[in-house]
Amino acid sequence: MVEQTEKTTTGGAAIRLDAVRFDYGDMAMRFDLAIEASSIAAIIGPSGAGKSTVLNLIAGFETPLSGRVLIGGADVTHAEPSRRPVSMVFQDNNLFAHLDVAANVGLGRRPGLRLDAADRQAVHDAIAKVGLAGKEPRKPAALSGGERQRVAIARALVRNRPVLLLDEAFASLGPALRHEMLDLVGQLQKDTGMTIVMVTHHPDDALRIPSTLFFLENGHVAASGPAGELLAAKGPSLLRKYLGSQELSL
Amino acid sequence: MIATGSFRPWAGALALAFLAALAGGALLSLASEALRGGVDGFAAFDSYLWRVARFTLLQALLSMLLAVAFAIPLARALHEHPAFPGRALILRLFALPLALPALVAVLGITSIYGRNGLLAFAFSSLGLDTPPNIYGLPGILLAHVFFNLPLATRLVLASLDSIPPDYWKLSAQLGMGGWARFRLIEWPVIRRNLSGIAGLIFMLCITSFTIVLTLGGGPRATTLEVAIYQSLHFDFDIARAVSLTLLQLGLTIAVLLLLGLTGKPAEEGFSLQTATRRFEQPSRAAQCANTAIILLGLLFVGLPMGGTVVAGLGADLARLLSEATVWRAIATSIVLGAAAALLSLAISLSLVMAREYQQSRRRTVAPRLFERSLDLGASLIMVVPPIVIGAGWFILSRHALDPFSLAPVMVIGVNAAMAVPFAFRILRPAWDTAASRHNRLCLQLGITGWDRLRLIDWPALRLPIGVAFAFAMALSLGDLGTIALFGSDSIQTLPFLLLQRMGSYRTQDAAGLALILGALCLLLMVAADRGAASLARQDNARDG
Repeated sequence: MVEQTEKTTTGGAAIRLDAVRFDYGDMAMRFDLAIEASSIAAIIGPSGAGKSTVLNLIAGFETPLSGRVLIGGADVTHAEPSRRPVSMVFQDNNLFAHLDVAANVGLGRRPGLRLDAADRQAVHDAIAKVGLAGKEPRKPAALSGGERQRVAIARALVRNRPVLLLDEAFASLGPALRHEMLDLVGQLQKDTGMTIVMVTHHPDDALRIPSTLFFLENGHVAASGPAGELLAAKGPSLLRKYLGSQELSL
Repeated sequence: MIATGSFRPWAGALALAFLAALAGGALLSLASEALRGGVDGFAAFDSYLWRVARFTLLQALLSMLLAVAFAIPLARALHEHPAFPGRALILRLFALPLALPALVAVLGITSIYGRNGLLAFAFSSLGLDTPPNIYGLPGILLAHVFFNLPLATRLVLASLDSIPPDYWKLSAQLGMGGWARFRLIEWPVIRRNLSGIAGLIFMLCITSFTIVLTLGGGPRATTLEVAIYQSLHFDFDIARAVSLTLLQLGLTIAVLLLLGLTGKPAEEGFSLQTATRRFEQPSRAAQCANTAIILLGLLFVGLPMGGTVVAGLGADLARLLSEATVWRAIATSIVLGAAAALLSLAISLSLVMAREYQQSRRRTVAPRLFERSLDLGASLIMVVPPIVIGAGWFILSRHALDPFSLAPVMVIGVNAAMAVPFAFRILRPAWDTAASRHNRLCLQLGITGWDRLRLIDWPALRLPIGVAFAFAMALSLGDLGTIALFGSDSIQTLPFLLLQRMGSYRTQDAAGLALILGALCLLLMVAADRGAASLARQDNARDG
């Protein structure tokens, strides 16, 4: 696998989905979108609109029927997931239940878990950075839901890839904890300059940290722009209809 | 999905090829023999053939009816008394016959109901006439019910446990009587699973070999499987063996089609039994009746097991264990059993891995032929019974070499195939769960090949692999069917030696050997049971 640089500030990479076609069951999807380097993008939309599919296409868990996926200007359409400059945090099952916190984070460094002193230091630092110092020997079962997601983020930090994808990563957490995690992500983004793409069904997530909003409907991007404008009272009618059914609690 | 680890479909294809060759070779041999005029047997033994076929069906039907008819009240009673003293132990005991060698059970049954058994002793000391001879249909039915009553009870109990707990609250609140509860709550659930349970037992009894061979007691009570064995082993009448085998195959397939391959119940052999909380206060009469039913069931299943132990301890174990033949048989059994279990694991794991790989690739599309053949491969041995495979290869190989020299290969191959359905069912849920949790993560982190096996898959699969191995080995240790066909003085397993001693009326030796064999299988089953229990605990506790 590709050697990563040792410093934690790699900066971000721009992402482009160029005329990407993909069929999910009998729904035909077509995505054209561009996310700037070192920005935060929030993807919202009704369930089944293709939010997670966009992330899976970027991460390489799905391959487009046609079109191109570009990350940092490089065509990665047919690259394996582990070869892409991307880390992803899922809603659950981010951790291997039989491995402790340090090992789960260490896997982000060496997939064979053969860590040298520098690796162990990086793992230690990342765990401290997400506020879990001292919990290295714990198994996932002994962690709270929020702590598990912090471990997953620590692993993304040691992987040190320019893009971080959050697939409803905080959906199962309570509102206070969710906001706390978003603040952590926002802080890490400031520190590292990573590009962050998050799928969420809480539009207020997009306002908590300054982000570009992509509103998906029926397998395509129906609206996009700065979150503050789109979510304002005089935003597009399309979005107001969707938000009408949502509790917009700020 | 990106094709990393794409050796999996190849492993599955290889496993499938092995199973296909095993069954296909046998079928091909039978077909070619039949085309060469081997089916003359059909004409010549017309009335004999039909009598045997009729008896095969009759004993299976009666065994099934008896087992199910007793299982329903027994399961109800056990379900109604979650706090019955020793309930968990009873259920453990009821799991044992699943891997108890049939020969051991046969000796246990004769120790109770036989001419010199406990029952005859009790009758004579009360000054009554001795009970009738059990050899023939009564003995077969006793043994089949002994094996299948516990199985049926556990399966019915499992369906009762699937009733939502709110129903029991409701029935207690409404004050339903026992009959109303049965009619409105229990019976609908039992009925849904009954055809599957009954069908499974019917199939097991149709293909039962050892019990009929040892308790049938003559040509009047012979099933197809035993007739095949006799025509190959004693009469060397290939033509008759071919017609019998084809008839057995036809019968099995017809019954399976009738049942619909899908109607099979989930094998509950290893589920951790939990007690559902019940809220109604049963009447005194109902309590007494239930207690009586449970005790009766316990006696029926427990007595023959106890009888095996008592009779075995009465044998001259010291002398038996000083015989080189006995030690050779024990060693042969363990080596062949372990090899069969390993092969069975390899086949099952390959099928499970390939299946999950195909499934995760296609996602929502309908399964393709390969994936469906993987599923079919797992239950192939249900369609083509071991004795058919054995007979086919026996007939085929006699042209080229001495069939008896094939014994080790055939025992390992056929016993491995026999354990595949069980191993498959133990491994598949564990593998599928682990895969659904880990696939994307491993892809993302680039954990592949040896690293993935070492760090991710092995820790998740260690326990189920151990359980499957112990169970497969117990099954293989106790099997008589294949070794009865291929065994000779040069290669003897423990069950084969046991059968020989029985045949020469060395009853004491047989009882001692049965104790040794039973203890070996019991050891493996306890290990498997322990493993399965901690597997269930782990599953409940795990949440990554």
